[in-house]
Amino acid sequence: MTDERTIGELLAQRGISRRALLKYGAYLGALMALPPWQARALAEGLANARRQSVIWLSFQECTGCTESLTRSFTPTIEHLIFDLISLDYHETLQAASGFAAEAARLSAMRANAGKYVVVVDGSVPIKDGGVYATIAGKTNLEILRETTAQALAVISVGTCASFGGIPHADPNPTGAVPVSEIITDKPLINISGCPPIPEAMAGTIAYLITFGKLPDLDELKRPKSFFGETIHDRCYRRPFYDKGLFAKSFDDEGARRGWCLYELGCKGPVTYNACPTVKWNGGVSFPIQSGHGCLGCSEPNFWDKGGFYHPLSTSTGSLGKSVGAAAAIGIGTGVAAAMVARHRRNKASRGE
Amino acid sequence: MDLLDFARGPALTTALSVFAFGVAWRLVSLWLLPWARDPSARREGARPAWIGAVRGFARHLWPRKPFARAAMVTTVNGYVMHFGLAIVFFGLAQHILFLRGLFGLAWPNLPSGLISGVAVVTLGSLALALARRLTDPVLRLISTFNDYFSWLVTFLPIATGLLAVSHLGAPYPTLLAVHLLSVSLLLIWFPFGKLMHSFLIFVTRGETGITYNRRGVVL
Repeated sequence: MTDERTIGELLAQRGISRRALLKYGAYLGALMALPPWQARALAEGLANARRQSVIWLSFQECTGCTESLTRSFTPTIEHLIFDLISLDYHETLQAASGFAAEAARLSAMRANAGKYVVVVDGSVPIKDGGVYATIAGKTNLEILRETTAQALAVISVGTCASFGGIPHADPNPTGAVPVSEIITDKPLINISGCPPIPEAMAGTIAYLITFGKLPDLDELKRPKSFFGETIHDRCYRRPFYDKGLFAKSFDDEGARRGWCLYELGCKGPVTYNACPTVKWNGGVSFPIQSGHGCLGCSEPNFWDKGGFYHPLSTSTGSLGKSVGAAAAIGIGTGVAAAMVARHRRNKASRGE
Repeated sequence: MDLLDFARGPALTTALSVFAFGVAWRLVSLWLLPWARDPSARREGARPAWIGAVRGFARHLWPRKPFARAAMVTTVNGYVMHFGLAIVFFGLAQHILFLRGLFGLAWPNLPSGLISGVAVVTLGSLALALARRLTDPVLRLISTFNDYFSWLVTFLPIATGLLAVSHLGAPYPTLLAVHLLSVSLLLIWFPFGKLMHSFLIFVTRGETGITYNRRGVVL
């Protein structure tokens, strides 16, 4: 299972030059906004590092995160990640199935005890003993605890693993929780997004392999290099927001002119991600550029934040009934107060 | 639930409910209170009561000549502040969206830069009003907690809103949450403090006008 050859040597065997690997390292370093010397160290470190054993666990998820990583428009980059790592277990990508697949996971855990990285996509159902998702007769909860027990670090990929995601949405029938609520004694990185940006996954894994430590993380344990700014901060439509020019519908004149989508429910101002800078499909576009507001998919509970098409400045509560009932009670109290005052006056005027 | 979720959800719902309850309670109870009959005879030539009410309100929009000089700063500053508040509240796109969510009505917004400028002027006006309250011996003597707190809950939404629009001082989600919470505080205090003058000023000045009109006072 363990391979003593360096990544540089392995890639050379596949006909990928050292220069190409250095370029890739420099690209990732630039994406992560590393200082020049660190970007160079990343590139050099990648060439000299040994392949990192990775066990990829898929729980309550849609496989979109794996799709994002593997179906990228930049395969020469994203495929490289599978040369940087030894992907020892991944249900979607591995050839083995059934007992052989589980044996591969256990074998990798034994061979790389204390050194392997666990990547998780999908949330973990814990309601009713976690019976809502099982693999080979074991609940996701059991597999997660068993697999991470001797792991070097855990990377939660996608919003489901990072924050619970869609399975966690109200009413959360399976009791879905993020990985961070279960694994509290291991270094953990959240790379949120539905799906996450491929370069964010690749860059974070490369950083971990090269420097042997976690990158700088925000308070939600996300790499600051990719989640340090809001979509709004770097959005090309931001000048229209500042001018107060907003599209009123998805096909009006404002929308065609590229005005801000705030009124159409864009969550860019409260969403931290690198979509406007790294973009998708090889840097072609991102949702706002395609004409739709940001859904805020890399933030916790994005599914339950009052509707994708409700502007941020509106209330998420059910105001009608509450406010109406309060006004009715107010009117009743006012009438009662006035009646008491009249009664007292009448009593006083009668000299009682 | 994070701070912004709390501010957009339970906080705003509670604040608007308290606001609706308080305003309804105060207006209805005042309206239904027993009215004291005016013992003074209705003067000959007195106009209908509603004209008296309108005249009473209009007459008090500007001070009489003998008082104009002394009251000029207060009067002008008051107009600057109130018009500023109205422009900021009704002119910013985000506020219009909020109101549309409540009442289903919308209108074109003003440029954000203009609103920010008006907000700065309004803050200056509020600061001047506070400075005058603190430095004028008579005004300071008659000022109570109600005055200072009403000033504070008016100042905070403008200040926090300006910071939120400008993205200054903290991440935008935090700024927006703090702004919405400050608005919630204003809404909760509104019916029980001096901010209720927004509604009662029409009643009090109108009633004064009616009384004057009945007694033959020419406004």
